Amino acid sequence: MEYLTEQTSPTLTDFFLNLDLPPSLTYLLVAVIAALLLLHFMALGALFWIWLERKVSGRIQDRLGPTRVGGRFGWLQTLADGLKLITKEDLIPEEADRPLFRLAPYIVFASSFCAFIALPFSGSKEAPEPIAWIANNLDIGIFFVLAVLSLEVIGVVLAGYASGSKWALFGGMREAAQVVSYEVPMAICVVIPVMLAGSMNMAEMGHQQEGWIGQWYLFHDPFSFLAFWVYLTCATASVKRAPFDLAEAESELVAGFHTEYSGIRWSYFFMAEYASMFLVSGIAAILFLGAWNGPIPVAEILGLEAHLIGRILGLVNFLFKGFLLVFAMMWIRWTLPRLRIDQVMQTCLKYLLPMACGLFLGATVWQLFDIPDYWGWIAIVVIVAAGYYLPYFSGKPTSTTS
Amino acid sequence: MNETTWHSILFWIMALIACGSAVLVVLTSNIVRMAAWLLVSLSAVAGLFFLIGADFVGAAQLLIYVGGTLVLLIFGVMLTASGPLANLSTPSRDWLIAAIVGSALMILLIFTLINPGIDWSTDSLSENLEAPSGKTTMSIGLALLGIRENPNASSYLLPFEIASVHLLVVLIGAAYLARAKRRSDPPTPT
Repeated sequence: MEYLTEQTSPTLTDFFLNLDLPPSLTYLLVAVIAALLLLHFMALGALFWIWLERKVSGRIQDRLGPTRVGGRFGWLQTLADGLKLITKEDLIPEEADRPLFRLAPYIVFASSFCAFIALPFSGSKEAPEPIAWIANNLDIGIFFVLAVLSLEVIGVVLAGYASGSKWALFGGMREAAQVVSYEVPMAICVVIPVMLAGSMNMAEMGHQQEGWIGQWYLFHDPFSFLAFWVYLTCATASVKRAPFDLAEAESELVAGFHTEYSGIRWSYFFMAEYASMFLVSGIAAILFLGAWNGPIPVAEILGLEAHLIGRILGLVNFLFKGFLLVFAMMWIRWTLPRLRIDQVMQTCLKYLLPMACGLFLGATVWQLFDIPDYWGWIAIVVIVAAGYYLPYFSGKPTSTTS
Repeated sequence: MNETTWHSILFWIMALIACGSAVLVVLTSNIVRMAAWLLVSLSAVAGLFFLIGADFVGAAQLLIYVGGTLVLLIFGVMLTASGPLANLSTPSRDWLIAAIVGSALMILLIFTLINPGIDWSTDSLSENLEAPSGKTTMSIGLALLGIRENPNASSYLLPFEIASVHLLVVLIGAAYLARAKRRSDPPTPT
């Protein structure tokens, strides 16, 4: 067990270079290993989250969800479904544009995968040099993620068009309008932590939020506190989750842009959707919730920061935060009714975009005048109290038994 | 065999994809497939930007060209891809004219590349050139605000401000053009 507590070499590339392999083989090997790790994380994650969605939706609807396959809790249900989907007949409609029909799921999946390249899963400032468990520590980390996520729209639009059916076309167009509109307030909300950190490098943002819970950007000033909630709303809309899931509205458009997709092609869309859900949750965790730093810096207290076990604790923290936000997205999906497309666009353009701009301005002014921290805490407490007590002043009944 | 091997291999791959799909944009007859090939070409150009270390520009290419312009193009193409535009085939006379004009332009470009008229190796501009290493964001940001390391280099503050005003004008113009037009109802007899 000594390897958990010894100081390990910083990066995978250095590990292989120390083995005296030729450098070109090293780069290839590191790239392949990183890609395989991320693909496995996406695939196994999708397996888990699809099962979780069915259990959560079942429990919210007062039923059990899958219970039979694989023992007690139906935990192999997704695997069984995957096997079924692989062996299904590969149907391509008569009217469909065949090459584009085949291409579209891969564009969506590839863009979701590319965004994982810049996502740091753990890290440490105190190791021999500051490191992060990230496939490619891009200096433009969050900007790259936003750029690649905007490619997903094209896959959906192509899927909608290439299906050759009007339900799919309408679903694709609506979804493209929605995602492209919500990218704007999402990007403005993302700029606030970038400004607080002084860098777009996500590993750097994680390093700067090291410490106790007060160091998280969520609690830095009331504007970034509100920006977190605005970001979550925009992120939910940009991954097409309820209450913004007009694109897949089962009760209105049959199944939206993926109506004509069956079998493994349909499951590519869904793996990409769940992977994107984790991606935006992971980004929210990194930008606002302290990335891999827990509320109490356990590794620092125990003196284990420079060692592998500190970074494993960080990984557990990060995954916990990401999974918690994914669970929150599922919870919201099965609680709130769906918004109409005009309500979706109205929310974005008339409410979230001005809010995001105002919060950005406020956060900038807060930084400019260097307002002391206790004002920030007071303002956050006031905001939370106002949010809790606001329904009591709105004149509508607040109790279910009134 | 070192880093430049992969750099060269990836450069050839990206360049072939970029040029090949650009040619296919012209050769395809279905208008939506033209847009799809253009998507491939623009993404390969973004890859080329990443290869030379211009990370910010590569990501901006993806975000703006592919995620913005191309989405708009695909929307427009999908909505009009019926009737005479669904199948664009060029008559052979146009191919001949295009071949003549295209090859004339290509000969001109190749001639300029081989005989540039100035000696690049002793030009004063090339003395301070260094390849960007990927960390270009801060220098781009500062340059847009007018601060550059080399005091003789020009700043980009004025173009930045003009582009911002330009975008504001475009936004207001688009909102005005897309406004809901009120129709005046004829007076109803009471």
